[in-house]
Amino acid sequence: MAREDTYLQIRGHLASMTDEQLEARFWELAQQVVDPLVELARTHTSPSIERSVLMRMGVDSPTCMAVAGECEKRGLLGHGAGHIVWWCAGEWDVPVVEAARRLAAGEGWDAVAAKWGGAA
Amino acid sequence: MSDQPPRPATARPGDGAPLDPDRKIDIPALLEDLELYRPRRHGWHWRELVPDQMLFKFRYKETSKGLTNSIPLPAAHYFGDVDPQPDCVVTTEIASGRFEDDIRRMRMAAWHGADHMMVIRTAGQSHMDGLLEGTPEGVGGIAVTRKQVRATRKALDLIEDEVGRPINFHSYVSGVAGPEMAVMFAEEGVNGAHQDPQYNVLYRNINMHRSFVDAAVAKHVMAAVRMAQIDGAHNANATAVEAWNVMPELLVQHAINCAYSVSVGMPKQDICLSTVPPDAAPAPCMRMDLPYAVALRDFFGEYKMRAQENTRYMESDGRDATVSHVMNLMISRLTSADIQSTITPDEGRNVPWHYNNVAAVNTAKQSLVGMDGLREMVKLDRRAPELDQKVREIKERAVLFLEAMLEDGGYFAAVEQAYFVDSGIYPETHDDGIARKADGGVAVGTIVPRSADYMAPVCHHFGENHLPEAVGKPCDLIGGCTLCDADKVPFIDELDPEDNVNTRLAQTAELRAKGLIKPEVEWAADGWVVVTLFLPAAPRVAAAAALEFGKAMNLQDCEVINKQVMHPAEGSLIELKGRLDVVVDPANLVIPPEPEVMSDEEIKAFVVEKGIKCVAATVGEDEHSVGMREIIDIKHGGLEKWGFACEHLGTSVPVDKVLDAAIEHAAQVVLISTIITHGDMHRNAMEKLADLAVEKGVRDKVLLISGGTQVTDELARSWGMDAGFGRGTKGINVASFIVKAMRERGM
Repeated sequence: MAREDTYLQIRGHLASMTDEQLEARFWELAQQVVDPLVELARTHTSPSIERSVLMRMGVDSPTCMAVAGECEKRGLLGHGAGHIVWWCAGEWDVPVVEAARRLAAGEGWDAVAAKWGGAA
Repeated sequence: MSDQPPRPATARPGDGAPLDPDRKIDIPALLEDLELYRPRRHGWHWRELVPDQMLFKFRYKETSKGLTNSIPLPAAHYFGDVDPQPDCVVTTEIASGRFEDDIRRMRMAAWHGADHMMVIRTAGQSHMDGLLEGTPEGVGGIAVTRKQVRATRKALDLIEDEVGRPINFHSYVSGVAGPEMAVMFAEEGVNGAHQDPQYNVLYRNINMHRSFVDAAVAKHVMAAVRMAQIDGAHNANATAVEAWNVMPELLVQHAINCAYSVSVGMPKQDICLSTVPPDAAPAPCMRMDLPYAVALRDFFGEYKMRAQENTRYMESDGRDATVSHVMNLMISRLTSADIQSTITPDEGRNVPWHYNNVAAVNTAKQSLVGMDGLREMVKLDRRAPELDQKVREIKERAVLFLEAMLEDGGYFAAVEQAYFVDSGIYPETHDDGIARKADGGVAVGTIVPRSADYMAPVCHHFGENHLPEAVGKPCDLIGGCTLCDADKVPFIDELDPEDNVNTRLAQTAELRAKGLIKPEVEWAADGWVVVTLFLPAAPRVAAAAALEFGKAMNLQDCEVINKQVMHPAEGSLIELKGRLDVVVDPANLVIPPEPEVMSDEEIKAFVVEKGIKCVAATVGEDEHSVGMREIIDIKHGGLEKWGFACEHLGTSVPVDKVLDAAIEHAAQVVLISTIITHGDMHRNAMEKLADLAVEKGVRDKVLLISGGTQVTDELARSWGMDAGFGRGTKGINVASFIVKAMRERGM
């Protein structure tokens, strides 16, 4: 909705502030705006985030895509795709990169389902 | 000019061979052993400031360490060939779509003073949920892949050794695959990146929840390697209908990204605000933009300023764009800039061309150096009523914006209510802002809550992470992650057998192998050239006529890229581009050798021994004597400097008088100055002088030399002279020729 410039009518509470007070107010408000966003990020993950975890584990991008994609499909992303690969590597006694390769090839998801459930 | 840059003590596998300034960079060789390459450093490099630096005869206040190899500004030869490097990092943006050609352009830009190479991404990559691999060709930028990034970083290592200053490599951690892009950049030694979730939301319509959740992880990874971050606020300037009204909102956008970045672990000194002076002439832009620049720097004093140049009001005229940018640079100098970005003067007409990157870098260098230390004499008057009031007003309006956002439900609600990129000056609104839905956009519904057992066994991961107890580093669980051990980074070469650098290079292999020359502006051998025409016709007629001229010149795919009216009836300026499908083999070129120059001592000794006399005059009906004085006067470093006795007869001297004077003075050298005329006067003068010398029997006793701005040695000799000297000739060239010729002839 278009609105006329009401600056002069609504600035009253700022008029008496010093420049320093105004600056402090600006940053306090900015922090209030971002706080809930930071909390959302702290408690959520996404397919790209999980692929970025797999990447840091040494997994190449097509394999990251396949593993995180399957986790997403099975509703397991919230446990962490890296978590799942790490757990499988331990179960199968292979390096994490090999565990990711097997999962990307469609192998071993029954073990994952037995631990975490999830829709096939 | 400065010490050699530190080089790695020993070459490592995958490093390229050092560059030779006289040879082209070998792109095929660069692509060898890429899988072995590891970045030599991480993080951003700021220039090393040298306070009160003395260069030539000048003291500089705002310059940094010099380069070992560079190309100075055109006028530098008057000033001891100095090439002062400003204090701030200078950016160039490259977007050709082929990294193998971008690399060559980066080398050119680095020689002119760029140390921040910003690589634009191909259209559409921000919507790709995942990484690309290999070297596919891009549109308006490259497909940012590991191979392209690695090859470019490897080339920049060689280029920075060549110029003697570290070079920052930069691209984009935005879009749907931000966290992956951040990890890949961290692994590959990329030094800086754009990261701002608001950019995703507003300009790419990527779901807002996804954008902020991803951004936290991406920023945290960037911080781990101290990558510099640039935000996306400047896009509001480039988008809003009345860009000058978005100033309060810009402070808010900057603040949201800054506060968010700090909250997820990024150091303030790595966070750069992308800020643009919002206006351009004919608006009184400096007076409108300065209060904004000041308000921004007041509020964001702990952050870095990346000063961008205005693109919102750029048209196709390169001159107009350059003047706007110089005014932008003046704002940088009157306030501050840590990174000075540059926009190529042709961005209003096409994807930037090689030489326009260099032009933009030179505009920045020239302006920044020219205004060096200006602030010590010319200061902003913070008490000037208009400045003082405007600065305060912008700040208050920004605070009101934030207050209203919070009252209306916070960031997501505000975006849904089209708070951003509205062209009203807040609290005024024009109801033309960008609205996005919280439950809409690309990748909507893709974030999921982290479970109670969520775990990521890697370092530098933001957010809840339920690692097993008693684990040291998170990646101890997997024996190291790629951010701790570079050898764990996987490398994929090519996935597409057709769309890759090898097939592109094959198309120009013959040109490279034989060293053939073809014009280019973006890609090797693309053939583009520009023709400038003044046509005595109105612009639309002139543009149509220009296309016909282009065809007549054998140009293909002709297109008018700039037209300007000089007068509605009298004529128009047209710039026309077209492809020229012609190749030149330099082996077949006849190039006159560069003139030999002798030492002062050698010339002096010969002149004293022989007692050489010269007679000099400007002939014909010509009153100019400046050129001749440059050649003979001692104060200009002319012939008198080495002891030549010069008799200057003046201007408009008849040719026979010149020769008579030479005979009378027993001079060994006759110098005449001529200008090219429509009536062939210059040719007549030279031929007449030569004929008279033969007639009077002195031709073998005198050297006949002519000079003038348009004289060439070849023409002068063909008209009977012993030598001709054109524009740019110095006394030393003429002196060296005289000594050499007299020796050869036993005079």
